[in-house]
Amino acid sequence: MNIHEYQAKELFEKYGVATPKGVAVKASAEYSTALGQINTANGIMVKSQIHAGGRGKGTFTNGFKGGVKFSPNKEKAIENATAMLGNTLVTAQTGAEGRKVQTIYFTEAANLGKRPDGRDDEYYLAILLDRATSRPVIVASTEGGVEIEQVAHATPEKIFKVQVDPAVGLQPFQARQIAFALGFSGDLFKQCVTLVTRLYQLYWDKDCAMVEVNPLLVTKEGQLLALDAKVSFDDNALFRHPDIVALRDLNEEDAKEIEASKYGLSYIALDGNIACLVNGAGLAMSTMDIIQHFGGSPANFLDVGGGATKDQVSAAFKIILGDKNVKGILVNIFGGIMDCNVIATGIVEAVKETGLKLPLVVRLEGNNVQAGKATLAASGLTIVSGDTMADAAQKIVKLVNQK
Amino acid sequence: MSILVQENTRVLVQGITGDFGARHARLSIEYGSQIVAGVTPGKGGQIFEHNGVKVPIFNTVADAAKQTGATVSAIFVPPPFAADAILECVDADLDLAIAITEGIPVRDMVRAKRAMQGRRTRLIGPNCPGVVTPGRGEKSHGGCRIGIAPGYIHKRGKVGVVSRSGTLTYEAVWQLTCKGHGQSTCVGIGGDPVNGTSHLDVIKLFNEDPETEAIIMIGEIGGNAEVEAARWIKEHCKKPVAGFIAGATAPAGRRMGHAGAVIGGAEDTAAAKIKIFKECGISVAATPSDMADALLRIWKG
Repeated sequence: MNIHEYQAKELFEKYGVATPKGVAVKASAEYSTALGQINTANGIMVKSQIHAGGRGKGTFTNGFKGGVKFSPNKEKAIENATAMLGNTLVTAQTGAEGRKVQTIYFTEAANLGKRPDGRDDEYYLAILLDRATSRPVIVASTEGGVEIEQVAHATPEKIFKVQVDPAVGLQPFQARQIAFALGFSGDLFKQCVTLVTRLYQLYWDKDCAMVEVNPLLVTKEGQLLALDAKVSFDDNALFRHPDIVALRDLNEEDAKEIEASKYGLSYIALDGNIACLVNGAGLAMSTMDIIQHFGGSPANFLDVGGGATKDQVSAAFKIILGDKNVKGILVNIFGGIMDCNVIATGIVEAVKETGLKLPLVVRLEGNNVQAGKATLAASGLTIVSGDTMADAAQKIVKLVNQK
Repeated sequence: MSILVQENTRVLVQGITGDFGARHARLSIEYGSQIVAGVTPGKGGQIFEHNGVKVPIFNTVADAAKQTGATVSAIFVPPPFAADAILECVDADLDLAIAITEGIPVRDMVRAKRAMQGRRTRLIGPNCPGVVTPGRGEKSHGGCRIGIAPGYIHKRGKVGVVSRSGTLTYEAVWQLTCKGHGQSTCVGIGGDPVNGTSHLDVIKLFNEDPETEAIIMIGEIGGNAEVEAARWIKEHCKKPVAGFIAGATAPAGRRMGHAGAVIGGAEDTAAAKIKIFKECGISVAATPSDMADALLRIWKG
């Protein structure tokens, strides 16, 4: 689960990690009050709150450029906020449809410190799981404020990593290693050790999937400040964090994915036109692959789970048909334990209920498959049967391309 | 022989009184597997009965193992309690804990895996279909089925199968069986980021197993476990290996953010993994329908 920057910074504040003071607003009537609560003497940052990166370089569908803007005074801040709130921001990560900005975050503009070579004094820090070792890893770099992949690619020696032993947690010497690696001394060294320790505590306490600060900044006044904050959580652990669940913003999630999750279905929308309905994540992924292999384009990932019921199949059809790009459907079920005839009955009911007019290819395999195929054949519906995954995929691609 | 479990392996089931655990305990009993104990804290002394087989229920794994000689546990307990269930197997010095449970918090698994270091117990999973060593009876009856895989699709034979995914494993197994080729053991290592046994661990076991003559390895995008296994296969594996990687069309944006790419490197996409498989001499299936054929192109059975 993802949260907004302003929510992440509220968490940082709770853990004693310094961020620029800010106020989040959801309506234009609140602008003046909000701006009155922060020190605007050095100017104000106006930041669109959406769950996607690349906001600064994004463009609104109304033509306004930049989802993050420096504003020298309150009047300009209100002007910028007005151009953003309620409008749709398209960034490198949102896709062409963009995201509607429903919250604006005003923060005090920080006095950026400079390095001897004139660059802004910006760093990178992240905590996440290292899959190779099954341990948390802290990633730090002196090269902040840019895409970390670029740093890793061009100058891998500037990426510093510390692995944490979960039996004992982050040790003080490890926090010192990071502060030394980033080149800090004196008071900044102490600030860095404290900041790393507290962010790790947050990561561990709240079952975070990732805590990322980019950039981490040194101000002219010599303060270490988290200028941006990105925090995501392990969905499997949300049951023990009601405070985190309360931060969920359904506006940021795909309506069809939310609907799917109500029925225990795992659905992800894609750009293609052949919808698929499959049991099991691995099979669902490879069903998408085989559609593409034979020249088609998958419209979604949809896993109905290992023990799909009639109701789930019916709900899955409705969700699939909610996508207007869909021109055909491929059902691929390997009914190991579950009865293929139950699935077939569910398909027939769903087709009748939704009045489906699109081509439908069904590949059933496994338990009681003959009865399942008989049910489909006896339904009087135009359902094309596929014998293998390859056969079924070729048939649906052909049917869709004919149209 | 087979790997990890044999026809006579004595199995206990943690969570046998829950719907999910009970259902699959029954199916394993019907398959002829030796389900010898159940564990549900507070229900010790009760009996789980199916098809005339009486399975005693114990309060603790240690009691169940001591009194029945069970050496392997199938874990079906709900996610919040699953890591605890795994560690209870470790404490009882079982040979193997197979965690079927889906949805265990990553932090719980990070701690449990650390606590298992240097201990006797091997973990398979979590979030996995389990392990099947097919039997020699009709429709492979009499084998050791631990987990949720359909037993009847198997056939006893010479091919080892290892995969993260359940249904994709069944697909490969069914293709083999339909073509007349049986399996030594089929292992589902699970789809979670933190798991107990890797592709490579299982490949090493197959490499040493005299009954296994050929191997199918099924992987997917994310992490570098398949790549690690492929490189080892190139250097050390004595047996023909076919492979498949799922997720060529998966949207990249759904994976972990920036720093994850730093850790994962460039080797966790499907295209990169397939390229490395080929470089390592693995016969790559073009589609999931081609898994058995990919093996049969390099192995005559």
